[in-house]
Amino acid sequence: MILDELEKRLRPPERPMPPYPPKYIVVASGQPLVIRQARHDDFPALLEAVEPLARVRKDFYDIVASRMYAELLGQYIHRVVDPYCLVGTIDGVIASIVNGRMIDEKRGMSYHTLTIHRGLRCGAHMFAAKMEYHMEYLGQDEVFIVAESFIGFKRWMIEYQLESRPELQHELGGAPSYVLTRALYDMYKPRLVAGTRPVPPEILATADELILPDEYPQIPGYKR
Amino acid sequence: MRQVGIVGIGHTKFGRMDFDLVDIMSWAALEAMKDAGITDGIDQVFVANMGGSAINHQTGIASSLVSRIFLEPAMAELIENGPASGSSAVKCGYMAIASGMADVVLVVGGERMREVTGWKATDFVATLSHPDAEYAYGLTLPAFAGIFARAYVERYGLTEKHLATLAVKAHRNASLNPFAHIEESATLSGIWDGPHRDVVNPIMADPLRLYDFCPVSDGAAAVVLCGLDVASRFTKHVPVRIAGIGQATDTHCVHNRADMLDLKAVRMAAERAYAMAGIGPKEISLAELHDAFLILEVAESEEVGFFERGQAKAAIERGETEVTGRIPINTSGGLKAKGHPVGATGVSQIHELVKQLRGQAEAGRQVAEPKFGLAVNFGGFGNNVVATILAKE
Repeated sequence: MILDELEKRLRPPERPMPPYPPKYIVVASGQPLVIRQARHDDFPALLEAVEPLARVRKDFYDIVASRMYAELLGQYIHRVVDPYCLVGTIDGVIASIVNGRMIDEKRGMSYHTLTIHRGLRCGAHMFAAKMEYHMEYLGQDEVFIVAESFIGFKRWMIEYQLESRPELQHELGGAPSYVLTRALYDMYKPRLVAGTRPVPPEILATADELILPDEYPQIPGYKR
Repeated sequence: MRQVGIVGIGHTKFGRMDFDLVDIMSWAALEAMKDAGITDGIDQVFVANMGGSAINHQTGIASSLVSRIFLEPAMAELIENGPASGSSAVKCGYMAIASGMADVVLVVGGERMREVTGWKATDFVATLSHPDAEYAYGLTLPAFAGIFARAYVERYGLTEKHLATLAVKAHRNASLNPFAHIEESATLSGIWDGPHRDVVNPIMADPLRLYDFCPVSDGAAAVVLCGLDVASRFTKHVPVRIAGIGQATDTHCVHNRADMLDLKAVRMAAERAYAMAGIGPKEISLAELHDAFLILEVAESEEVGFFERGQAKAAIERGETEVTGRIPINTSGGLKAKGHPVGATGVSQIHELVKQLRGQAEAGRQVAEPKFGLAVNFGGFGNNVVATILAKE
């Protein structure tokens, strides 16, 4: 009981996050990338999927995976206020993960985008889904974003022409902050945000139970 | 004239490489020497590179490479001929041996382009265009490709499906090539008629879409050439003979050509290579064509005489350019999917032909009993083209 009391004091106020309706995108390989909101019971698998990448120096996977691991763990054990996580799967296998949180009703904080299955622009689609969640389902006007990898900078700052606001303090530290405004989102949405809803039940069923990747293209020779 | 053959080949994986430019080249060079079974005895080194000074802030690359892999006192030069630098370097190697000035030549092509953004890489390649008449107006190579493709589509009725079919072929071949940048397959249902095509495969330079373009790659390839009269020094492989080399130039400004769709330099380079080899297009078993943009594979396949003008599309429909088709094209995945580190590309094409002629290509992309292979390395927007024919001895 004492522990429970302490635990209550450690946790931020718990508010249910608005749902993100699942969608799917037919990627270049012809396979559906199913994107859905992660459930609480998904987190052990998500953590296990992210963990091996924390030691991959190439393309800054190490910092992105390390930070995402901590953020997902924080969400899983209730240490972050108003967090969310979206997961993308191909044939049920975790292909990409994005996360972030609400700062308040009108402003969002984007954390990370981590793609395991490379070469199909899954990361780009997942980032777009994350922005879609902030703008269309959380009803926010701005999302604060930083990049910690070259790929991220090219994909987000350049491709969305994000507004530079170096004076803004992002929660990830001192990296220069950028902002996706509603005007920018509306401008780029037709070109960058895709997906079909509802997801046919047989496709959605493939994403119900997350499957860990057997191989990581980032880790030659890796076998789970 | 003295006959020249290829006795060693080396290749790095194309993609993003976290090594400096000369290290990347050294890797391929040492692989080629190992494949030839030698550790020294190189008389001359030719290095193909386009962006060392512009992107990597490095000059004197040939000298640096020779020193890095302990080949001093070999003669060494850098060859820069835009995206055709690789084949030009092979041509120089051929000339050095044929003239008797060298017996054994190492040719290395390499580039490190992913150090900068895709936009900057595109800008750097665009410096080969006319600075006042083209570049100043924003005419990058992808822009030229879009204009060319629009003209071709309107004249010959090529469709997006034809190009998507070539993209699927390129990705499939690349997925079987361990050196390829792109490892993922592509399908028509994903990039052509899928429900999310406009986001998955967006228009980049109308009418060309994302999957019609090559990626920006790092990487290197190398070959060891020798005079066939001294080939007995090399016992690991039967030499692959360089049967013909042709080169031709065209106007620097594309708008100065009577017909933009007439890739005269491609046609003339191929004709000269055929004449030197004493064969015609019908004898060619496979070809590596410079498909930085897939529309170029279509147009070049006609200019080199595989198909009549405007007929490549019918050949695509019949699968004639697939690995098992009548004239397999870009079995490596081509620039489109194997990748295009510009200085490496021409050497990489030769590497692929040698591998095929030796019968060493991976299962699923080995052409059956090839005898002659053709490579077309396209510099500028078709203003300096090198064609090379290799023959199985």
